[in-house]
Amino acid sequence: MKFIVAILLTAALGFAAPLYLPWWSFAFTSALVALAVHQKAWKAFVAGFAGLFLLWGCLAFFIDMNNNHLMLNKIAGIFGLSGFLLIIITGIVGGLVSGFAALTGSFARRLR
Amino acid sequence: MRIFFCILYAAITIALIVVLDMPLTMGGTKTPRLGYFLSPQKGFWQNAEAADAKFNGNLRLTGLQGKTEVYFDDRLVPHVYADNDADAYFVEGYLHAKFRLWQMEFQTYAAAGRLSEIFGDSANGTSFLNIDIYFRRLGMVYGAEKSLKAMEADANTKQALDAYTAGVNAYINTLDEASYPLEYKLLDYAPEPWTNLKSALFLKYMSYDLTGGDNDFELTNAKTIFSKEQFEKLFPYGQDSVQTIIPKGTPFVKPGITLKIPATVDSLYFNYKDTIKLTEKPVKPNPDNGSNNWAVSGIKTKSGRPILCNDPHLGLNLPSLWYEIQLSTPTYNVYGVSFPGSPAIIIGFNDSCAWGVTNAGRDVKDYYEITFQDSTESHYLYNYEWKKAGIRKEVIKIKGKPDHVENIPLTIWGPVMYDKSYGNPSKNGKAYAIHWTAHDESNELRTFIMLDRARNLDDYKNAISTFKNPGQNFLFASKHGNIAIEEEGNFPAKWRRQGDFVMPGKDSSYAIQNIPDSENIMLVNPPRGFLSSANQYPYDTTYPYYMGGIDYEYFRPNIINRNLASMQNITPGDMERLQTDNYNLMAEMARPPLLKYLDTSSLSGDEKKYLAIFTSWNLRNDGNEQGPTVFKLWWDSLKYCMYNDEFSRTDLYLPEVANETLLRALRKDSLYEFADDINTPKKETVRDIVTASFKKTIPVLQDAEKNGRLVWGTFKNSGIRHLLKIPSLSRLHLFSGGGDDIINAYTQFHGPSWRMVVQLTDETEAYGLYPGGQSGNPGSKYYDTFIDKWLVGQYYPIHIFKKQDIEKQQNLLGVITFSK
Repeated sequence: MKFIVAILLTAALGFAAPLYLPWWSFAFTSALVALAVHQKAWKAFVAGFAGLFLLWGCLAFFIDMNNNHLMLNKIAGIFGLSGFLLIIITGIVGGLVSGFAALTGSFARRLR
Repeated sequence: MRIFFCILYAAITIALIVVLDMPLTMGGTKTPRLGYFLSPQKGFWQNAEAADAKFNGNLRLTGLQGKTEVYFDDRLVPHVYADNDADAYFVEGYLHAKFRLWQMEFQTYAAAGRLSEIFGDSANGTSFLNIDIYFRRLGMVYGAEKSLKAMEADANTKQALDAYTAGVNAYINTLDEASYPLEYKLLDYAPEPWTNLKSALFLKYMSYDLTGGDNDFELTNAKTIFSKEQFEKLFPYGQDSVQTIIPKGTPFVKPGITLKIPATVDSLYFNYKDTIKLTEKPVKPNPDNGSNNWAVSGIKTKSGRPILCNDPHLGLNLPSLWYEIQLSTPTYNVYGVSFPGSPAIIIGFNDSCAWGVTNAGRDVKDYYEITFQDSTESHYLYNYEWKKAGIRKEVIKIKGKPDHVENIPLTIWGPVMYDKSYGNPSKNGKAYAIHWTAHDESNELRTFIMLDRARNLDDYKNAISTFKNPGQNFLFASKHGNIAIEEEGNFPAKWRRQGDFVMPGKDSSYAIQNIPDSENIMLVNPPRGFLSSANQYPYDTTYPYYMGGIDYEYFRPNIINRNLASMQNITPGDMERLQTDNYNLMAEMARPPLLKYLDTSSLSGDEKKYLAIFTSWNLRNDGNEQGPTVFKLWWDSLKYCMYNDEFSRTDLYLPEVANETLLRALRKDSLYEFADDINTPKKETVRDIVTASFKKTIPVLQDAEKNGRLVWGTFKNSGIRHLLKIPSLSRLHLFSGGGDDIINAYTQFHGPSWRMVVQLTDETEAYGLYPGGQSGNPGSKYYDTFIDKWLVGQYYPIHIFKKQDIEKQQNLLGVITFSK
């Protein structure tokens, strides 16, 4: 349950922060979630990763659906990737930053 | 231990963010900031426009005086209804920025020699610094500043520019890093505020595109290498049978200028043997830049009213150079294509008349050799005295590097383009100043603002009377039934061959006045019932002034006029068919002599097969024909075999021989001296060269056939490229007909950039389209909407809507209201 809450909180705050702040501002919120929701380190990482992976992946997926894949195919073409892979990479990039931020938060909690 | 891990993971997180927030170098190119670029809330995903997007809004903006309503029709063309003229330009600026901001700013960066600010000094093997230095030395900013001065001295154009700039900036002010156009995100920079100077720079870029090419150094070299007789054969002045814009026999005005050929012309000019090897390759505009326009009067049309047609041939890019728009205010009502970057409509029609332009192509760019007193370049020789040179300091900012400074001496002739520090580092210390009418103070915008409002022939005359550069053939037709054409601009009054070669800058007698405007001949309602222009000589060579230029068009004007002369009861549909016609007049004229000279007895196998394709070809450059491929390859091969031996004697740049010149030789000169290959002891004949050149094409043809590329539509391999030449943002490998010297002038990446047919019946009947789309956003479905229809020669009906009519349209894509 905690795990699911952590994922959802990570995603929600990871969405809210960049509305006003730079793209990477979710790193702070992901760390904060790990600080607040006590879990094992590896779980904190997975929750942090999953929160942003799902957020970015889903946002990308729905934007792409609404766009009839026009943009996806063009950008994927620039990088020589398939469109599907570009959505996955988008998720992984957000997930990695968030996951490591969560790990940091998780260890910061244990310092107390 | 925990603190160690905490710091370690914090460090990893920060390192990840830092790396993802900076451009990385991959395979020689810079990536965008990947974290930013991939972020669905900030990056490219934000530019992925929903397929069912609507364009509605209610905007309150400072700078507006009244209310404006914009209705987007089903093709995303905005129909703008403004309370007053200034607001219309404000909204035009806003819409240009909303749909085309990146291209309009990028083009002004290019014009101003600022690409290094975006790309660094070089990227992907292109030296952007070299390109920037070229444009600075060419005096693009210098010229734009002078144009701006003239435009701001005129109350009407100043008002238009100010309102337009305010509108562009009103849009830019709404942007944040999530809403920047895609290309800013790709290249990692941000839009800057628009200025009136940027509009002037954009218009100057058009001057460069249409009058920035010259062959002066090439011709100077050719003059030195070839005998006078050979030179005249290779680069003749005038074409016997071309249909000039103003027909032969039209009386000229008595010349207002008495040309005085300098006493030193033989010693210092014609017989002055000099060769120039520039170490900087000039950044030349595409020599194919040109256009067609024609108008037929009511006596030749089914409706009894004039029809006007225009298709400007320019580089075809995405986003397109053109943006379609209707502007309506209480004082006027106009529809057509505009340049994102400038106020007003450039080509179009209003409730009373229609107009179109083609490029004049006169030589308005000349060079003078400058002798500096010493290496400081502070004084130069002029009429046996040392005259003080001005200096213009151009600072080029380079991304990630210190600035580069160009100190450009200014002479009485113009800025010094080449000297020891640029282009001509050789020890002879020669320098060359450029004299270009694009440096004159001039207000071209006035002409378009007036044309947008023109009601009759007199308004048209008044509108074009001040137009200077780039010289254009302004074609006009009105609902009163009038048709008119005039080649208008600042054209130098030259004696024969003046300005073809570099001129001595120390002697004021080589100065050139401009031809008085009264001596640009206007033709109105000719008895033959039609007018046309297609980049040919405006007058025959009895015109009192030398018109220069070695690349006037021959084939398009003649085939257009042949068609127009024979047509009766013309409908707009007939005009569409003519505008997209692929008939190859050059092939019609070249085939008989080619077949006459070809030694068919020596042909075998595939040679016979490809010859049969050529012989039975219907002379049309349609996409599914094989004949154009054979002809194109044979002709290029023939040109090479005919001239390369003579031209490759030197490694100097030389001009290209015009197709028409070679064709004339084939038809008239069986003993053409250039047929002989000077590298062999044998004396080759035209027959030898024609035959050898044909045989050389066979491997290329076999290869094309093997790869399924023998038909012209695939062989030509046409495309419409994104301005950054990124393949996946371009439309490539498009199957299409047309070509060089064809009315449908679509070559590989160049051609009819806007096709328009307007019938001036009481209710205007107009058709048009350009190969692009109204949105410059590659993530929008309106990015390339018109291309497929354009490729097959179809048109959209286009309407000047009355406001009450467009309100009733069912398929609008949105309505935006603007108010203060």
